[in-house]
Amino acid sequence: MKFLVCISKTPDTTTKIGFVDGNTRFDTERVQYILNPYDEWYALVRAIELKESNGGSVTVINVGSAANDAIIRKALAIGADDAVRINAEDTDAFFVASQIAAHAKDNAFDVIFAGKETIDYNGSEVPAMLAEMLDMPFVSYASHLDLAGNEATISRDIEGGEEVVSVQTPFVVSAAKGMAEQRIPNMKGIMMSKRKPLNVVEPTAVEATSVISSYTLPPAKSEVKMVDPENMDELVQLLHNEAKVL
Amino acid sequence: MSNPTVDHQNGRAAKTDLYQAHDYMLVDELLTEEQKLIRDSARAWVKKEVSPIIEDYAERAEFPSQLLKGLGEIGAFGPTIPEEYGGAGMDYTSYGLLMQELERGDSGIRSTASVQSSLVMFPIYKFGTEEQRRKYLPKLATGEMMGCFGLTEPDHGSNPGGMLSTIKDAGDHVILNGSKMWISNSPFADIAVVWAKDEEGKIRGMVVERGAEGFTTPTIHKKWSLRASATGELVFEDVKVPKENLFPDIRGLRGPLTCLSSARFGIAWGAIGAASDCYDTALRYSQERIQFDKPIGAFQLTQKKLAEMITEITKAQLLAWRLGQLKDQDRATPAQISMGKRNNVNMALEIARECRQILGGAGISGEYPIMRHMMNLESVVTYEGTHDIHLLITGMDVTGFNAFKG
Ligand SMILES: Cc1cc2nc3c(=O)[nH]c(=O)nc-3n(C[C@H](O)[C@H](O)[C@H](O)COP(=O)(O)OP(=O)(O)OC[C@H]3O[C@@H](n4cnc5c(N)ncnc54)[C@H](O)[C@@H]3O)c2cc1C
Repeated sequence: MKFLVCISKTPDTTTKIGFVDGNTRFDTERVQYILNPYDEWYALVRAIELKESNGGSVTVINVGSAANDAIIRKALAIGADDAVRINAEDTDAFFVASQIAAHAKDNAFDVIFAGKETIDYNGSEVPAMLAEMLDMPFVSYASHLDLAGNEATISRDIEGGEEVVSVQTPFVVSAAKGMAEQRIPNMKGIMMSKRKPLNVVEPTAVEATSVISSYTLPPAKSEVKMVDPENMDELVQLLHNEAKVL
Repeated sequence: MSNPTVDHQNGRAAKTDLYQAHDYMLVDELLTEEQKLIRDSARAWVKKEVSPIIEDYAERAEFPSQLLKGLGEIGAFGPTIPEEYGGAGMDYTSYGLLMQELERGDSGIRSTASVQSSLVMFPIYKFGTEEQRRKYLPKLATGEMMGCFGLTEPDHGSNPGGMLSTIKDAGDHVILNGSKMWISNSPFADIAVVWAKDEEGKIRGMVVERGAEGFTTPTIHKKWSLRASATGELVFEDVKVPKENLFPDIRGLRGPLTCLSSARFGIAWGAIGAASDCYDTALRYSQERIQFDKPIGAFQLTQKKLAEMITEITKAQLLAWRLGQLKDQDRATPAQISMGKRNNVNMALEIARECRQILGGAGISGEYPIMRHMMNLESVVTYEGTHDIHLLITGMDVTGFNAFKG
């Protein structure tokens, strides 16, 4: 079985978010990047587990500049066998999906994993577009995935419950919490990652289909107002007139 | 899968570790990607495995031996030893970063790793025969075998050259007599690297295996410091040590002192971890704790404390980083390492004391890590050369006069 895992980098969860250039660009100054947790903890680890039990190989793929090599090495240290980096700025989801599709087309992967979303832009678009471009079935928000021969049984998180679907390889799946347990890279993995291939591939010519016009920060949290538990009228009045939620 | 937020040994809910590292001067940019990956992996491991259980083990004065396998996996045992002997062949800066993260969790856990790496694996690699290297190093690297280091004696601490332990030639073996005191890991160690004088009064090093007749390792109890680390004695009564267990060529104090240089280097980094954990805890507390209708962090006196702490931590980070550079180029002198150990441990101890005050009454409680770090650091400031002994080393280095003998 050949597994492909799409990985991307996101700002660390403790990053202070700010924007520049008239709120059209994310301010990357002093930002620490991490491997997107849905890609790392769930998609990648499940792919590695399936490789460990079924044999095969795990390739990770990223669209980005050489600055992304650090997160790619981490994926290799966790246990991927090799990596591909498409050497281009990841302008929008269509661009990224097109680049990955161009690479995946000729490489006959059985299962293509992605995280259910990145924790910065929360787009959830790339794996769906990718499946469409490759003409493969797509299962989103998967919290459990078992593979028997060419048939996968996948549990999906749906509103208020769970849905179980079965699908034949090859397919694209986006991973949600629950699919696997985070693996911390160990020293052996870190040492081996140095010797694993990281192939840099030039992008194919694709135009991005969208541009970001502006960002807005959520309103700053206002001060907490304490209301006496006996004073229901005041609470209702505040919810009506100040918070305007009733 | 087990839930890391519950200590399964006693079923108690463990506290969430909110720790965030602090890097005021962007020292991270001086590190390689690989060094950062090693550091971040150790940090994640400490959060998952050490933080949830450590307060409880320290309180019960018990060593969490279930951590040994994981310590081996993250590379905490002999990371600088070449790969062919089971090590990771990493640089000393990576070793320092590992010690920093472990001590962020607990100085006792870091001590176990320091002893195994610098005081057991390092001398076997540096002074041992090829057979000794092959026999011990791979197992020590995984934590399957644990070691300890016996230099200090009941009557010879700062002055180890005066040691009374002896070996006598007896054909294919030597007879070892004497006792060692304050030995980290001794109660559970499988082997001990022991220093004793031969018939000519020259200090020799050797590996003594547990199980040798006449060799016992009584535990030292009633410690108020490094409670999650096991400390004991080594007692030798006519112990037969095969000659192939002796380090063949090294003679004199240079042997043990070379090991101590390596361990002290790690401690200079480790102290930054303990200090950062205290600072991080106190900073968060100062932003949340309200007195006189204000967060206590809004008062100038608290700000003075916190501002000075982050300044001292930053200086210590740069000192350790530079020491790492020198060590990786094999240029760090023992006196430079002394300066790093002395400055950084003292910095951590003072920060722990100030942080404890910022937390007020809560500062003495095991609900926060500060008091544990503070008590631990009282050992760290004493072992591997006391605060004053390191001052004398610097003093001798700059003046040329030896003040050790008064
Ligand atoms: C928890 C713990 C773990 C340890 N683990 C180990 C271990 O694994 N292996 C090992 O070999 N040892 C270990 N030690 C021992 C440690 O290295 C010694 O305690 C330390 O070297 C000090 O020796 P001492 O306790 O005999 O104090 P002393 O040497 O008696 O010193 C007492 C005081 O006198 C001062 N002093 C001594 N000489 C001078 C001088 N010339 N000028 C000025 N002041 C001086 C010292 O600075 C100190 O303040 C450990 C100690 C502790 C507490």
